[in-house]
Amino acid sequence: MNFLDQIWLIPLFPLLGAALMLLLGKRLDPQPASDVAVAPGVEPVHDDHGHGDAHGHAHGHGHAHAHGNDHAHGHAHSPLKVLINFLCPGMILLSFLLSAAAVWQLSQKPERMHQVIQFTWIAGLPFHMANGHLATFQMDWGFLLDPLSSVMILVVTGVGFLIHVYSTGYMAHDGGYYRFFGYLNLFVFFMLMLVLANNYTLLFVGWEGVGLCSYLLIGFYIHKKSATDAGIKAFVVNRVGDAGFVLGMLLMLSVLGTVRFTDVNSILHSGRFGVESGGFGVLSLIALLMFFGATGKSAQVPLYVWLPDAMEGPTPVSALIHAATMVTAGVYMVARSAALFQLAPKASMIVAIIGAFTAILAASIALVQNDIKRVLAYSTVSQLGYMFLAAGVGAYWVAIFHLFTHAFFKALLFLCSGSVIHALGGEQDMRRMGALKDKIPVTHWTMWVGSIAIAGIPGFAGFFSKDEILWQAYSSPLGSTALYVVGLATAAMTAFYMWRLMNMTFYGKSHVAPEVAAHIHESPASMTVPLSLLAVGSVLAGWLGTPKLWNLPEAFRAFEAWLAPAFESPLIKAGGETGQNASMEWTLMLTSVVVALIGIYVARVLYHQKPELSDRMETSFQRIHTVLYNKWYVDEAYNYVFVNGMCKGGGEALGAFDRNVVDGGVNGAGWLTRFSAKVSMWWDTWIVDGAVRFTAFFVKILSYPVCLLQTGRVQAYAFFVLAGALVMFGYYVVR
Amino acid sequence: MHPITTMHYLALSAALLLIGTIGVLTRRNIVIILMSIELILNAVNINLVAFSHAFKDVSGQIFAIFVITDAVAEAAVGLGILIALFRNKETVLADEIDLLKW
Repeated sequence: MNFLDQIWLIPLFPLLGAALMLLLGKRLDPQPASDVAVAPGVEPVHDDHGHGDAHGHAHGHGHAHAHGNDHAHGHAHSPLKVLINFLCPGMILLSFLLSAAAVWQLSQKPERMHQVIQFTWIAGLPFHMANGHLATFQMDWGFLLDPLSSVMILVVTGVGFLIHVYSTGYMAHDGGYYRFFGYLNLFVFFMLMLVLANNYTLLFVGWEGVGLCSYLLIGFYIHKKSATDAGIKAFVVNRVGDAGFVLGMLLMLSVLGTVRFTDVNSILHSGRFGVESGGFGVLSLIALLMFFGATGKSAQVPLYVWLPDAMEGPTPVSALIHAATMVTAGVYMVARSAALFQLAPKASMIVAIIGAFTAILAASIALVQNDIKRVLAYSTVSQLGYMFLAAGVGAYWVAIFHLFTHAFFKALLFLCSGSVIHALGGEQDMRRMGALKDKIPVTHWTMWVGSIAIAGIPGFAGFFSKDEILWQAYSSPLGSTALYVVGLATAAMTAFYMWRLMNMTFYGKSHVAPEVAAHIHESPASMTVPLSLLAVGSVLAGWLGTPKLWNLPEAFRAFEAWLAPAFESPLIKAGGETGQNASMEWTLMLTSVVVALIGIYVARVLYHQKPELSDRMETSFQRIHTVLYNKWYVDEAYNYVFVNGMCKGGGEALGAFDRNVVDGGVNGAGWLTRFSAKVSMWWDTWIVDGAVRFTAFFVKILSYPVCLLQTGRVQAYAFFVLAGALVMFGYYVVR
Repeated sequence: MHPITTMHYLALSAALLLIGTIGVLTRRNIVIILMSIELILNAVNINLVAFSHAFKDVSGQIFAIFVITDAVAEAAVGLGILIALFRNKETVLADEIDLLKW
């Protein structure tokens, strides 16, 4: 079977699952009420409800255990749930197997690119390009499988499958089971559309689709106000970025005349457009607009604020969408536009600077957060910053490599945190954890692997990709020492906050509330098995991209070689590796390892060996701590400037508009009517009435002499009659 | 002795008409005015009778009798009105009864 021609099947299966769940799920659900709430009398939701709920939950939980009710085999076995448990992860597994088969066949092809156009969506719209030429706009429903998208589909379906399996355990006691899995499948479908699309418009379909699913899943607990608020925030912030993406896409259409990746690349590679090394040209503008879209989706400065709030969703969602896959869409899009960014070095530099800035900003916030998921959320933002740093300095394969390794260890970390929260019956505050190491050993060990991996200890995935990023930031033509130093500082912070998290959660003294502590339990196998697999991935994934210095066999550097065709450009020399001395690279590598170890050591001293020291530091650096704890007040500033500024200021402006323009129009119309009425009245009074009165007056004047004749004396009248008769008589006589 | 011709009658009639007319126009007392009106009517009667005699046609005389009848009726109504007027205004002078003016 030729899997390459059938890649449309890959997104089809998740879509099928989603359609089944969302269209039929409600009808099949035996407990209609379970969509919105947990039925009474069963175990409470073991999930991310606020701290206030934690005790109540723990209490109910205790009862369940007292009755010997095994947690994993409670009442979670309604036939529908069993069906969903097999159907939805099964769909993703099918997609994964198909993806693997297609990628295998792709690797056998010499040109490593396969484009399938299923049908034309919008055909032959003629329009004038910016240079005046007539072009036709054609939008295909087509799929492109090349090294870049092949990595993405494997990550999406592979990690996605594990997270689906995990979810069957994690969400077992939650209401709205079918809804949750329907959304998850829908998300995977859109994500696959995004990465398999062969043009920007179809990519945008997936792009918006994952945004929608993100919104739906963040606000999954529809009765929790903070969750729905966070969903709305994510959606709105993403829309801001999307506006940039759409503008960039339209500008690209206007300048290049096409949005199909292969055509765009061939035009940009043809030499028709030179490298805009001098400054900002139209290509730089396109690149920056697209990057602005990426900052929304991939949570970069200035649009990163939605991601930490997205932790209101269920933890598997945080793992799948807000760590492993969706947020990497921006990185993928920038990498996909590599040909464009290669021609716009200044725009690339901005990408790198934004990435580095985001990395260190988010890491600094993560240093002091107490919510376990929030630490990981800021860690994600920080790691995404790394990816953009790599993409910005032109090392696209490194960005994708970090995306790849990050998908494993960040999904792992999130799922572990979910497992911890699960074990503690909804507790998320790390200050109320501690000494969990022996109580939930699988979670501990897998999380330990994930933390080591993200901290950058040699041998684990994060080390290879992060080290490569730092090296590229330092050595590539677009890189600089400053970018390297920022990256290195971020690495130190990363190691520190991860070990702070580990120490506060798993080691030291227990701060768990006693009634919660009584029934801490390891998660069921449906959760621990995915954790273990991801932990294995977190170790092994990095070995696909070992440093050249290590001189390992080709297979250990397969990642770069595999991705190379996607990013090579005839106009640009592949930068970075040439003419740099090896001793420098060794030095930098050692430095980053040492820095990571120092971070780990400091965290261990402060939060394990001498916990009182960390409290002292908190008080002595009160001001810095407050600023960091409050996330540099960015949310407040945005609230002030945009929400208040726009809403209130805008409201005032609209009010003023209403008062002055709308009301002014009405009042003006009223005034005008009154004025014209006054004119009309004046006309009536003086002209119309005047004419009437004048006529009357005139007649009156005329009548005055006649009046004098009417004396009222009969004899006078008789005299007039006689006089008249005599006059007539006289007239006839004289005639 | 000159015979009395139609012209004589007519002259008498004209004189009576003139006297009556002047009386109607100049006298203030309404009773006198009514009497003057009788003179005018009788001037007409003389005319009618004179021409009746001249043309040997009695219709003139018949007409004269009608006029006399009419004059009687008129005098009766006129005097009735005069009495009612006197009761209201306590005057019989025509120039003092001048309410009907603008």
